[in-house]
Amino acid sequence: MVLLDVKKLNVYYGMIHAVKDVSFSVNEGDIVTLIGANGAGKTTILQTLTGIVPIKSGKVKYHGKDISKKLNHKLVNDGIAHVPEGRRIFASLSVYQNLKLGAFTRNNREEIEESLENVYKKFPILKERSKQLAGTLSGGEQQMLAVGRALMSKPKLLFLDEPSMGLSPIYVNTIFDIIEEVHKEGVSILLVEQNAKKALSIATKAYVLETGKIVKEGNPKELLDDPAIKASYLGE
Amino acid sequence: MDFLTYLVSGLSLGSIYAIIALGYTMVYGIAKMLNFAHGDVLMIGAYISFVFINQLGLDPILSLLLACISCTIIGIVIERIAYKPLRGANSLSVLITAIGVSYFLQNIALLIFGANTKSYKSIVSLPPLHLFDGNLNISSESIVTILLCIIIMIALTTFINKTKMGQAMLAVSEDRSASTLMGINVNGTIAMTFAIGSFLAGIAGVLLCSAYPTLTPTTGAMPGIKAFVAAVIGGIGSIPGAFIGGLILGVLENLSKAYISAQLSDAIVFSLLIIMLLVKPSGILGKTSIEKV
Repeated sequence: MVLLDVKKLNVYYGMIHAVKDVSFSVNEGDIVTLIGANGAGKTTILQTLTGIVPIKSGKVKYHGKDISKKLNHKLVNDGIAHVPEGRRIFASLSVYQNLKLGAFTRNNREEIEESLENVYKKFPILKERSKQLAGTLSGGEQQMLAVGRALMSKPKLLFLDEPSMGLSPIYVNTIFDIIEEVHKEGVSILLVEQNAKKALSIATKAYVLETGKIVKEGNPKELLDDPAIKASYLGE
Repeated sequence: MDFLTYLVSGLSLGSIYAIIALGYTMVYGIAKMLNFAHGDVLMIGAYISFVFINQLGLDPILSLLLACISCTIIGIVIERIAYKPLRGANSLSVLITAIGVSYFLQNIALLIFGANTKSYKSIVSLPPLHLFDGNLNISSESIVTILLCIIIMIALTTFINKTKMGQAMLAVSEDRSASTLMGINVNGTIAMTFAIGSFLAGIAGVLLCSAYPTLTPTTGAMPGIKAFVAAVIGGIGSIPGAFIGGLILGVLENLSKAYISAQLSDAIVFSLLIIMLLVKPSGILGKTSIEKV
């Protein structure tokens, strides 16, 4: 079943046409990845979908309902969580406060507690550091906090923007393992990555973006073998 | 004993500054703007309570409450009409708008109530406190003001740390777009901050005019600026900072009036601001960045 359906999305930054007629979809149970170079518009697409950047034109359907007019904070209620680029954790608040803010839209205390235990189980380091200020965590730990915080809203669809950016190879592997684990728990994923090799290896569907346009889409395994993709994005 | 008398009345004046400074500091922390019309909201609150108490003869506590509610509504309306359309504009435009709103409110008051000084009847009708065989006299206004300030501080701190709305305010003050991603209504949170700040301005207006019973359209201007100085000295954005800054400023002002010169007291108060900006620009409790890159 189609969970998220984006049709002919256009986004402008002032005069700059940053996203041009982009169409893609995420089915329930998918890990869809958008790959592409810096400035291709990947982050902008995610930011538009969660209301940080205004949409110019296009149709966005979620669960079959048109939400293109209401891309805003309320989407969290509907089960969309977004782990933004650069993590954007609340540095002067504690790890615990950050996680509680992730559950801002939820009211059932027991269920929130359950999610918290669940996050602590996935990221034991966050439990250890729960009282520490988030700004004092290492980059990798902050990324885990950002993912954990998003999971606190109990999403059905999770947007991940460059989760591996700036991380050491060990953390990159940990983060990708976690993504697969979250996916197995029934969360559909839209993953934006510059680490194309990693992203394609876990994805079920992939789109390639170039200067705001989708230039290729298909089976990630095939894209991994595509000579043009290899040359441009895999450094081979 | 004289010293103690000056100290207590300084603490009382400082408590008023602190209550006003809370409005400045919260709005700055969350909306990232200096609301220079804040002192004038206080003045409007004082006029409203003046009408209720002195002209309609209503119960003082009820009048205080009505003044606070009116200020809250005025604060929300100002934010909605004047500041919200400027979200994302550069800070200078917002600052100029705030000064415009300030003049607007002063002139509205001038239009409705005239330029004549109104003599304000205190809302506190308790006898003063005599201590040490009458050597130390503390007015009941001072006691009420200091107590109210402490209650407000405790209530506000509890609200921010224990409620969801309070946590949302902390989140918005740190990162607006990340707050959106948490499902927080950023515009609603900013409006809420203005509402709380303006409610407090209502209390401050009534307390100020009870202690210094003259009311003109510019009554709010000087206390507003001093409260702003208090917020900067305490560390703008910090709630305990506003409290500490307010008390320091009130005590300093009163002691300099008593021991140095009544004319120079304002100059001394503002010199403290200059010294603070030179020595520790972030203020006493101002945030120093702990972010690890």
